[in-house]
Formats: sequence, C-alpha cells, structure tokens
Amino acid sequence: MGKGIIQARDLVKRFGELTAVDGISFVVREGECLGFLGPNGAGKTTTIRMIYAISPLTAGELYVADYDIRHHPRKIKGMIGVVPQENNLDPDLTVLENLLVYARYFEIHKQEAVRRAFELLDFLELREKKDRLIEELSAGMKRRLIIARALIQRPRILILDEPTTGLDPQARHLIWQRLRSLKREGVTQILTTHYMEEATQLCDRVAIMDQGMILRLGSPQELVAAEVGEEVIELQVGEDEEARIKGFLEGSPFIWEQAGDTLYLYCSNGREVLASLARYPHLRLVHRPATLEDLFLKLTGRRLRE
Amino acid sequence: MYRELLALSWPSWRAYRVWQRNLDSYRRYYWASLVGNLGEPFLYLLAMGYGLGSYIGEIEGMSYLQYLAPGLLVSSAMFAATFEGTYGTYLRMAHLKTYEAILATPLTLQDVVLGDLLWATTKGLISGLIMLLVLLPFGLLPSPWALLLPLVLIVVGLLFSALAMVVAALSPNWEFFNYYLTLFISPMFFFSGVFFPLTNFPSWVKGVSAFLPLTYAVALSRALTMGEVSVSLLAPLLWMLLPTLLFGCISLSLIRRRIIK
Ligand SMILES: Nc1ncnc2c1ncn2[C@@H]1O[C@H](COP(=O)(O)OP(=O)(O)OP(=O)(O)O)[C@@H](O)[C@H]1O
Ligand SMILES: [Mg+2]
Repeated sequence: MGKGIIQARDLVKRFGELTAVDGISFVVREGECLGFLGPNGAGKTTTIRMIYAISPLTAGELYVADYDIRHHPRKIKGMIGVVPQENNLDPDLTVLENLLVYARYFEIHKQEAVRRAFELLDFLELREKKDRLIEELSAGMKRRLIIARALIQRPRILILDEPTTGLDPQARHLIWQRLRSLKREGVTQILTTHYMEEATQLCDRVAIMDQGMILRLGSPQELVAAEVGEEVIELQVGEDEEARIKGFLEGSPFIWEQAGDTLYLYCSNGREVLASLARYPHLRLVHRPATLEDLFLKLTGRRLRE
Repeated sequence: MYRELLALSWPSWRAYRVWQRNLDSYRRYYWASLVGNLGEPFLYLLAMGYGLGSYIGEIEGMSYLQYLAPGLLVSSAMFAATFEGTYGTYLRMAHLKTYEAILATPLTLQDVVLGDLLWATTKGLISGLIMLLVLLPFGLLPSPWALLLPLVLIVVGLLFSALAMVVAALSPNWEFFNYYLTLFISPMFFFSGVFFPLTNFPSWVKGVSAFLPLTYAVALSRALTMGEVSVSLLAPLLWMLLPTLLFGCISLSLIRRRIIK
C-alpha cells in the first residue's frame, strides 16, 4: 500500500467552543473513492473543507500529494475539483460562461477552456442548456453543472459533498455512472453522502463519522460483515406481543435492538433464527442481507440529531 | 511563522481573474448601471450649474458651473465606487457565495479582495470618464493638466472602494449601508467644497471638512482642471493614498474574519 495521496494526522477543527472535528487521522489512497458517512453535524463537511484549503486547521497535519496544506494552499487547490454541499454557481453568468470563467481561475487558455467546457457539457448532458442562466436550471442540472465545473481543470482529486442530495433517481444514476467512469480514469474521489446505497455503489472504503470522530474506516463489505453480520431480521411487533418476544430474545444468544415498533436481529444464521421464531405465528417479519445502513445505524444510533 | 504570514499576505496578479469575472457579469446590465451612477451628478450639474448658477455670480473668480464641475466629477467616481464596494461586494460575499466558489480555486482571499477593490475602482473610473466626456464640450476643462484627471479618478475610486469594502465586511444586512450612505457619504458630498467653499463656515466645520477624504479629491480635481498645479498638491494626494492603504488592509482582515471559518 502506498503512502496515499492525502494524509491527515490528528486533524482538529474548533469553532469557538464547539469542536467540529476532534482529532481524526486517515489516508486517502491514490485512485480510490473514500466516503465520509455520518449523521447531520458529524463533521464531514468541516473535514473536507480543510482538505481543499478553504478552512484552516485548528491543529494537526494535512498533506495533499506531499504538499503541506499550510504552506502550499495554491498548489493543492490547483489539483482538487470541488463540488460543495451548497450550490455556488454564478447566477450572473450562463451555463457555458460559468465553466469558462471558472477555467480562467486555473489559468486555462480560452481555446482549451472552450474545448473542455463543451466536452464536459456533453459528458453531463447539459449541452442544450449552455446559454441558459443558472436560475432557469433544475436542481439536477445545477448539480451536474457544478460537477462539470469541478472537472474543468482535470483534477487529480475530486471532492464531492453530497453530490446527489435532493435529486431524482435518473439524475442520481447519471451522476453515479459519470463518477465511476472518472474513477476508471484514475481520479481520486472523496465523497460525503447520506445515501447508503450511494456509498455502497461508489466507495471503495468508507469512514463512518460521528461527533467529529471517525468510528470505523474500511471497505463497506468488510465493515458490515465484521460489525453486523450477514443477515438482518426485522420484526414488527404489536404492543400485546412485545413483552413476550423480548422475553424470548433476552434468553436467546441473538444480538438485537429495538427502534420504535421494530426489533432488529443481527445474525449470520437467519434460517435457524426464523425456525426458533416459528412459535410466534403472527409476527410480521422481513429477512434480508445486512447493509451499510444497518452498520451506520448500529454505530451512530437511531435517534435524531440536531 | 512570520515568513508564512508575509508570503500569504501579498495578493497576486490572479486578482485580475476576479476583476474579469466582474466585468463579464457587468456586461449583462451595464446600461442600467451607467444610468444609475451617472444620473445623479449629471443632474446636479444641470440643475445647480445652470439653474442656480444663473443667480449666483462668480465663486473664487470662476462661473458657478465651472466651480461645480471638478467636484461633481470626483463625486461621480466616489458614488460609483461606493455603490459597487458596498452593495456589489456584499452581494458576492454574502449572498451569491462567489467568494466561496473562487476560494476553492488557486486564488486566495487576498486575490479576491484585491480583485473586487480594483473592480469597484474601475466602476468609479468609468463613471468619472463619462462625466469627463460630458464636461469637455461645455468647455469646462480649460487646462491641459486636465489630462491627469483620470489618475485622480483612479485614486478616488481606490479610496472609496476600500472604505466601502470595510463597510461591506461589517454589514449584517442590506439596510446597514443606509447608515454609511446617509451619515457619511451624503454629508461629505455637501461639506467637501463641491458646491461651495467653506471659508465662511465656523472653524469646527472646516476642521471636520479637513478629515473628509472627498475634500482633498475636490481640491486636487479643481487644481488640475484650472491648471493651478504646484508641489503642494502632493499633500492632498498623500491624504488620499495613505487612507487607501490603511482601509484596504482593514477591509481585507475584516473580510477574512467574516469568510474564513
Ligand atoms: N462556520 C461554522 N461556525 C460554527 N459552527 C460550525 C460552522 N460550520 C460547521 N459548524 C458546526 O460544526 C459541526 C459539524 O458541521 P458539518 O457541517 O461539518 O457537519 P456535516 O457532517 O457536514 O453535517 P451535514 O450532514 O448536515 O452536512 C456542526 O455542529 C456545525 O454546527
Ligand atoms: Mg455537510
């Protein structure tokens, strides 16, 4: 394993009293897609904003392609394409102008910029909209345009903060395909998302964050297998039966937890469990493979975050 | 650490890219903008210069229209730079997230702030130049020294852009600019020797006037317009350049505190 294109050691970010990122360390390998998952306020955006040098570190060390972020922010920003969580396209400019003006910040020549801009408009299926103003675009088009904008400088590293939040399935799938094709070209990607399916589809490894710390880091399959097991059985129980079932489960070797009216059993021998549950014929149950979502909820809890 | 600070605190030529971005977006609505920042001083010139001027004799040995012209010239640059530096900067900084977007590229905050400062200065210059074109056929620019007036317009633009950006950096909302415009810019417009000399005013008014940057701009502009040039003009020039540097630095550090989190 190489040293990694990004190395973060004991990163800390405080906003006054609040510690948003609390001493995290990680390595991003060249060419991989690393996902940051975590509930609202976990510190995902804060972490990646430090990586693209827009937010200074409170403490710790951060190297991108062996450049120290404190000394070479310009160089580092020159190789990172950024899709921020909140759209910040230029509303005074058209779709095409947004790309061309952005290209100028990277000192890309006009001719080359035009060539790349049209290439990217095709890649993200936006060519027809090239002369539209930003306010005339749908949410999905805006997101695609921001991705195009992030790619205009041919970045080595692409940072995507919730690239598909709020988009319809068609737009989401288009974006996924494009991101996978960029990965095949060797672009390193860092992604945050609240969609576990998205992380499963795109990420080689995920870091699960909560309260400014990384709880787990590894490949989704391995983490799920290690922490949750292979299968999940969801039981929906009525109030009358709840006590009896819980009594049964407490006496059993199964790992389980309750959220509202649902009991979750984590196991790798689902059939046996189902057999032993056969004595409760009125149960409504679902038996399915364990997913990243189970792992996520298990690690970060099921309660709402503010 | 100290070296790091020094290295980071100089803006680069990349500020030009920010200036270009502003020019590109300006092209979409420049007519409205021109009418906006030219209209007022031009109206003053017509209404006061011609209207009032016909009832007033000479002031300091010149016609009232001639007295008025150099001051209105720099005022038009002041107003244009002020509006761009307050509303324009605030719009890009706080609402459009333009600063955020640009900071994710190789540009630094210094570049962005300098680019915006130069842009507001440019708006002042454009407005002033059009005013100059208006004055020319009226024969209101008698001396060839008037060729240096664009330089004065640039200095005025820089100073009022820097001031305006300090206000923009401090502003919690749009209404905040009213304080600056009504409590500072408007009074200054009337007490900087644009419309009348302050010779007959009580000494405290003169004292206040001596602190108003527009006073020096008007003096410089009038001297060049009338060809009364001497070394002593370096003093008002200095009194505009020094605060420009000071407020430029203050605006940068205030914007940094506001933006970089
Ligand atoms: N500029 C700021 N000033 C003060 N606090 C901030 C600032 N930015 C973020 N925070 C706080 O830092 C914490 C982490 O926020 P962050 O945006 O990194 O979370 P996130 O994981 O990206 O959440 P989400 O999934 O909602 O986007 C939150 O408590 C947030 O309120
Ligand atoms: Mg976020």
